[in-house]
Amino acid sequence: MTAPELTHPLPRTRRRLTPALRWWWMFQRISGVVLVALIFTHLFYNLILGGGVSQIDFGFVAGKWAAPLWQWWDFTMLVLAMLHGMNGMGYLINDYARSKRSRGILHILLGAATAVIIVLGTLVIFTFDPCPAGANPQNLNVPLCQELGKL
Amino acid sequence: MTAVDDAPIAVDEVPTLTVTLRIRRMNPEGNADHAPGEDYWEEFQVEAHATDRLLDALHKVKWEQDGTLAFRRSCAHGVCGSDAMRINARNRLACKTLLKDLNPAKPILVEPIAGLPVEKDLIVDMEPFFASYRQIMPFLMTSGPTPERERLQTPAQRERFEDTTKCIMCAACTTACPVFWTDGQYFGPQAIIGAHRFIFDSRDEGQWDRLEILNDTAGVWKCRTTFNCTEACPRGIEVTKAISEVKRALNTGKI
Ligand code: SF4
Ligand code: FES
Repeated sequence: MTAPELTHPLPRTRRRLTPALRWWWMFQRISGVVLVALIFTHLFYNLILGGGVSQIDFGFVAGKWAAPLWQWWDFTMLVLAMLHGMNGMGYLINDYARSKRSRGILHILLGAATAVIIVLGTLVIFTFDPCPAGANPQNLNVPLCQELGKL
Repeated sequence: MTAVDDAPIAVDEVPTLTVTLRIRRMNPEGNADHAPGEDYWEEFQVEAHATDRLLDALHKVKWEQDGTLAFRRSCAHGVCGSDAMRINARNRLACKTLLKDLNPAKPILVEPIAGLPVEKDLIVDMEPFFASYRQIMPFLMTSGPTPERERLQTPAQRERFEDTTKCIMCAACTTACPVFWTDGQYFGPQAIIGAHRFIFDSRDEGQWDRLEILNDTAGVWKCRTTFNCTEACPRGIEVTKAISEVKRALNTGKI
């Protein structure tokens, strides 16, 4: 048997990590930590404080989003979670998509889905009408709507 | 007083058991039942002692039942790193795996390590693995005149990279890595371990050349912190931790 032919040690195409990719790498770690704090506070407030899980209904959400704190809280959670998830899925696509074409298509679909959800979610949070006209008052947050003069 | 062993154990008193080995085989030339290159499972039954290692059972198969079975081994004592294989779906060295630790009641699954091309039975082509290792330039790089005596180092400086010097290049870690399986470009944990051993060596001056090579989208950033490598390493090297140290050096610019 002959000794194996040795390949030259530097044949591969070098693709250095660009500053943008490094930024995303850091973002993934930092957003992960921030999300843990945001999400657990969110869960604690919704599911354990007050009336527990049974308190959640239209009126409860209306009451929360009347306060800018919760609007911005939920907005931050939405954006961070979507970007964190998008970046993580993007890593998976890079690892597992076999052809350049399928990789490109999956990245475009992922970006589009992320953009749509962030835009829709933001719209809902900031243009939310707590007291839609003609709704059954049983389903509404009555004190809030009275305060707003809509009931 | 006489020094007498109270209860000498005769050799045959070690309990024997029958184990079934299910071996993943492939013959590039084919045989009577299988086409060339086809891979298939084959079962063998061997009589073994509970104190035997899987390597002993493989030897029994090869020496007494089927001489065509192909696997690598050299030292048979966990030193050379040539007999890494996938045993019951975990990468280990056959020579360091006792049969009694493998639940011999069930067939023991033996496969070649994953992610490298199989040449025959349990033998894989290690060249892609070694090519990655060569890329990180695994040799001492210094400047200035060579000192007449050895290059000195304090115990603390040595401690810094002690763990990664223990690597025996068995490829158990790299072939346990899901990113290595999917993406042929990834260096794999072992090459990063090999670089770590020099990057954190106070006598070496090539740190930034090596870090530059690892600072590649297919380099250290492909690591997803799965910990499969740490779990697989038969030398108990904290592979994932060493990889994180390389990432930290790249992120902070400090070694
Ligand atoms: S780090 Fe451990 S598992 Fe990986 S090649 Fe070295 S000895 Fe084998
Ligand atoms: S044969 Fe040398 S490590 Fe197992």
